[in-house]
Amino acid sequence: MSTTLKAYAVRLFPQVAALAVILLMVSIAFPGFFKLEMQNGRLYGSLIDILNRGAPVALLAIGMTVVIATKGIDLSVGAVMAICGAVAAAAITSGHSLAMTLLITLGTGILCGLWNGILVAVLDIQPIIATLVLMVAGRGIAQLITEGAILTFNDAGLIFIGSGALFGLPMPVVIWLAFGLLVALLVRRTALGMLIEALGVNRRASMLSGVSTGVLLIAAYVLSGLCAALAGIIAAADIRGADANNAGLWLELDAILAVVVGGTSLLGGRFSIAASLIGALIIQSVNTGILLSGFPPEFNLIIKAAIIVLILVIQSPRAQSAFVFLSRARAPVKKTAGEAK
Amino acid sequence: MNPRYLPLTATIAIFLIAYAVCIAQYPNMLSTRVIGNLLTDNAFLGIAAVGMTFVILSGGIDLSIGAVIAFTGVFLAVLLQATSIHPLVAFVLALAITTAFGALMGAIIHHLEMPPFIVTLAGMFLARGMAFVLSIDSIPIKHPFYATLKSAYYKLPGGGRITLIGGLMLLVFALGILIAHRTRFGANVYALGGGAPTARLMGVPIGRTTIGIYALSGFLAGLSGIVFSLYTSAGYSLATVGVELDAIAAVVIGGTLLTGGSGFIAGTLVGILIQGLIQTYITFDGSLSSWWTKILIGLLLFAFILLQKGLILVTDRRRRHA
Repeated sequence: MSTTLKAYAVRLFPQVAALAVILLMVSIAFPGFFKLEMQNGRLYGSLIDILNRGAPVALLAIGMTVVIATKGIDLSVGAVMAICGAVAAAAITSGHSLAMTLLITLGTGILCGLWNGILVAVLDIQPIIATLVLMVAGRGIAQLITEGAILTFNDAGLIFIGSGALFGLPMPVVIWLAFGLLVALLVRRTALGMLIEALGVNRRASMLSGVSTGVLLIAAYVLSGLCAALAGIIAAADIRGADANNAGLWLELDAILAVVVGGTSLLGGRFSIAASLIGALIIQSVNTGILLSGFPPEFNLIIKAAIIVLILVIQSPRAQSAFVFLSRARAPVKKTAGEAK
Repeated sequence: MNPRYLPLTATIAIFLIAYAVCIAQYPNMLSTRVIGNLLTDNAFLGIAAVGMTFVILSGGIDLSIGAVIAFTGVFLAVLLQATSIHPLVAFVLALAITTAFGALMGAIIHHLEMPPFIVTLAGMFLARGMAFVLSIDSIPIKHPFYATLKSAYYKLPGGGRITLIGGLMLLVFALGILIAHRTRFGANVYALGGGAPTARLMGVPIGRTTIGIYALSGFLAGLSGIVFSLYTSAGYSLATVGVELDAIAAVVIGGTLLTGGSGFIAGTLVGILIQGLIQTYITFDGSLSSWWTKILIGLLLFAFILLQKGLILVTDRRRRHA
């Protein structure tokens, strides 16, 4: 067990270290950053804010990680968020109960994922292109549902999902933590995760060795659709309305960025949901940090671009072979250190 | 018929049928005015889409063009407001910057062996961020030279006008067709799209071609930014969000294979015109909402992807039987 823990620690170290450095930098620029307060049975503070504001991207990143592990990509999640937000608002305002509304909305997300999955797995279309169809058409569909207006609602239950609190934490935080844990346990405590990695590394080989690749691929996109539906509900509940134009706009890029920051390769294979979630927190910390430290928000995108380039350089095959070369030169030293322990 | 030409033929047929349907409903649409406006309104998109066609022909993708167009517009507006240099000099400066920017992305894609998707995503953030840093306001451009350029047009019989920017788009398409089919660079692009290892064995300079392709795309995005600033007489850092998607859709509807290696620049022009036609029809109708544009384009995109899949299946089977 301790060896697996050690493996986890090694895997997550770069992301955790990056997050810690960013948080430290923000706390230098903005004293009182780490202050937490308990009010009315709920925690308040900048850290909680980061967890709360990062909820949509964190949720999307869970599904995106699995999709990217299959060597795919899902560009439609932002549009699916808009569709699901619109569906939730339309369902609750037309008199459905909260449970029914949630069921319909999650069902819509699953349907969107099913559409993407069938295009990729059955029709064998490149994932970028297959999900592009829904990305382009999705906002139009959402507009169709809201009839071009921002559909507002007043249902206390639905609003609770966006701004309520459970166990002292804001509801969105509870949702993404619980869902992340659930999916992580599902893929890591069963063989599913390994099969997905096999599929991502070589689809044909894993099919020939008996993995039902088609079902797995569709399931990955369905999971992504489900995550987008959850994120869409949170985004809509947060503003108490469905905005078909702006809900989830460009969040697919943030979600992909979170996965890449988390160290999962876009070329498929090995993945880590925990690392992607930390990646989502890194992105949100940068966003919040720039606002708190008084930097003009215009620099936000440039800093994001710099982070991507840095990670690209570290992840690139050329740089990796350079690392291997350097570590091989130092290898004997390392070995003796290990034995001394 | 050569199956290579089938997607292009289908695109042209769809455009002609759609135009005929439009005319049957609104006879006024058959006028040179509508055609002239179709060219003018889609000029910036068309020019950027030529660059996108080259990128997709090579098997890549460029997500940065919308941001680069916005950056160019803001750059020109700020430069013309703050200094007294001539717009032509500013144009040259802007084109130099965007071309270098594209070349840099190409170099990163080639040398770091990273997927074009994520590299150009970073480029998109960077270009949009630079536009924000230059200015977050919409800056009007009031230089008299802009008014001169805007009033230049060629009058068609029937009252239609081919404006300078509409004509420029047609010229860019003509040059694009020439480069794709009549130069070594064009042949290299097609070879690269057919498969990088094969292209390398054939002696195609992969690195130089990749950098050239993205530099060309950057140059055309810059040119498109200039056209857009002429079209709107302003520079705004939030403008042209999502134009890259429209350009990709136009390329696919134009019959270019998204896996690269097969397609025509001319098809992209028809793809642009189909998108413009949908918008014009919605304007003529007046009661339809503009979001139908997105749904229809999504459906067209889906139909063409299916058509391409079917074609590949048929040619594969034929090859196997041969």
